[in-house]
Amino acid sequence: MSALGLLRFTTAGSVDDGKSTLIGRLLYDTKQVLDDQLVQVAEASRRRSSDGALDLALLTDGLRAEREQGITIDVAYRYFATDRRRFIIADVPGHKQYTRNMVTGASTADLSIVLIDARKGVLEQSKRHAYISALLGIPHVAVCVNKMDLVGYRQEVFDQIAADVRAFLDGLGVREATCIPISALHGDNVVERAPGMPWYAGPTLLEHLESVEVEYDHPNDVSVRFPVQWVIRPGAAIPAGLGEPCGNGPESTLGPSACHEDYRGYAGQLASGALHAGQTVVVLPGGQQTRIAAIDTYDGSLDEACAPLSVTIRLEDDIDVSRGDLICLPGDTPTVARDLEATICWMSERPLRAGDRLTIKHTTRRVHAIVVALVDRVDVETLEREQDVDAFALNDIGRVRIRTSLPLMCDEYRQNRATGGFILIDDASNGTVAAGMIEDAS
Amino acid sequence: MSSVIDHVRLTHLQALEAEAIHIMREVAAELERPVLLFSGGKDSIVLLRLAEKAFRPARFPFALMHVDTGDNFPEVIDYRDRRVAELGERLIVASVQESIDRGRVIEDHGPRASRNRLQITTLLDAIAEHRFDAAFGGARRDEERARAKERVFSFRDDFGQWDPKSQRPELWNLYNGRIRPGEHVRVFPISNWTELDVWEYIAQEGLEVPSIYFAHTRPVFSRDGMLYAWRAGDELLEGEQVITASVRYRTVGDMRCTGGVRSQATTLDQVVAEIASTRVTERGETRADDRVSEAAMEDRKKAGYF
Repeated sequence: MSALGLLRFTTAGSVDDGKSTLIGRLLYDTKQVLDDQLVQVAEASRRRSSDGALDLALLTDGLRAEREQGITIDVAYRYFATDRRRFIIADVPGHKQYTRNMVTGASTADLSIVLIDARKGVLEQSKRHAYISALLGIPHVAVCVNKMDLVGYRQEVFDQIAADVRAFLDGLGVREATCIPISALHGDNVVERAPGMPWYAGPTLLEHLESVEVEYDHPNDVSVRFPVQWVIRPGAAIPAGLGEPCGNGPESTLGPSACHEDYRGYAGQLASGALHAGQTVVVLPGGQQTRIAAIDTYDGSLDEACAPLSVTIRLEDDIDVSRGDLICLPGDTPTVARDLEATICWMSERPLRAGDRLTIKHTTRRVHAIVVALVDRVDVETLEREQDVDAFALNDIGRVRIRTSLPLMCDEYRQNRATGGFILIDDASNGTVAAGMIEDAS
Repeated sequence: MSSVIDHVRLTHLQALEAEAIHIMREVAAELERPVLLFSGGKDSIVLLRLAEKAFRPARFPFALMHVDTGDNFPEVIDYRDRRVAELGERLIVASVQESIDRGRVIEDHGPRASRNRLQITTLLDAIAEHRFDAAFGGARRDEERARAKERVFSFRDDFGQWDPKSQRPELWNLYNGRIRPGEHVRVFPISNWTELDVWEYIAQEGLEVPSIYFAHTRPVFSRDGMLYAWRAGDELLEGEQVITASVRYRTVGDMRCTGGVRSQATTLDQVVAEIASTRVTERGETRADDRVSEAAMEDRKKAGYF
């Protein structure tokens, strides 16, 4: 079952685009809607509309405030599966005031669905979604030209919109775009083929979702990045408050060396690439070289491990490695830098100004940061860049220069999402106030 | 030595497991005094296996805690104690009965009485008493629509309350666990798992689960379309009668609010097959606590529920 693993995708849009109807249609036509949910939706459909027809958009109803106001406030995660793949949908609202939610949903997505109303063509909102998808480095964009039923399923309407959107995406550097003419309301080309569009020979949306490749498919083509998350030392003192163990612990499956008090393993999630036992590695920021003695898991040692597995690495030499360090290969190291230029999305109601001090979390490192300068701001409606910015307001996107108190091991975000992305944390409120994508580091 | 890279693409369970292990290690690294909420139910059974995968061969860097309503299935309590002993970890039992005895909460009486709501006070008292700053829970986003919007690191103020409108943005796998004294985070490592994922993982890992998850014959009574376990002395409403039926539990909560489903599934494979073909959601079928109103879960979560 689910031979093709997991695909995470995001759908940004508003009620008007038919986003909720599209998600409802995907869930309904893949038979993921269970009887009690269907009964609830049928009851709600009767209460809320005059004809009482089943409103699939109601399947994605969320919090009470959202139901009362008929809007989506926050990112909702939804799940469905086919025989070929498991899917996680990050369902986010589409209006400009929810830019930060769109960025959040996009950060983990392998694919983004951009919805376009066939009657209206490429509007600013669709452009904004495409821009955010590109900014967050989502590998695939699926453009769904929706409401084809309302334009008589005409090919020339679709072709024109597809050409417009491709031109726009080319400008953003998005190469992987698939355009699909659909009607979410009638289910055309969502899961089932559309009888009204014999001219369309491409995949249905579901066929496309089932077959696209994900980021981790070619681990040998990308740099090895292993941020150390936690040091496993069975011989270490028990943290305060845990008391004495009340048993002898489990029969360890980690091999003979694991039973020893001197076991020392570096635990983490491989962010990119593949590692194998015996390989020569370098530990940053120190720069020490050593070899991998073993790649341990609870289920036994591995010859090799690829992203995104969580494993524990033992090294041949006894060197000082701690949380926040990064294991990679000699000759293929990230930049070790304290000065970054990055595009950020500001997510706080308190404005950001040059000189502000914050905490940056990048991979497993958390250090102090100062925003040295605001370089420019992107108008997310026109995508023009505005210079001479004195503050970023909530949902602003723009470039900043940041200096950190300790070096970070970073790559450009477009090369590596894991070592190119960071968050900023406000020290007063402890809130997460920005998402950042590194463009240059020195 | 074995290789996981037979096919470069991970299975969905490998991907979900890797994500959950990452989350647990982040909590251990960033928070001072975490605790893992272990009920003996299938979701927290999976959490314990994930904790083994994240931290062995060392001990867990946190204790386990069970909020015991006093109305739990005896089979589940037996299982809980056996599993904790096997792991050699420390279990704290926070007792709703003690909260009642100390006057912290007042118990309802009568045939429809349930201690479900009272657990909130017991849980929050225990978190305060032990000064826990993070509590792992087995909640999943597919369970219910309020949970679909909850973060993996779900921030709680000093009243233990969840505010769905001021949740912290959660980007990539960069979790922000920073809190002030008195506040805590609930952390849900299996947020992205479905009920079927949990059962497939239990089968894959060969995990033991309490016997009530398998079909067994017991005296039950039917109420509101659900089959509740009957114990000697339980009060019935007019028209209700005790029958003997072959049932299985899909969720393990308090006996007073968890209904069984008619089932003949006596093995893990049969349970997985039954879940894969079910036509009713887990909570819709078996949990009276979610049926109270359209927003029942949302309200309880805001008050500090699991």
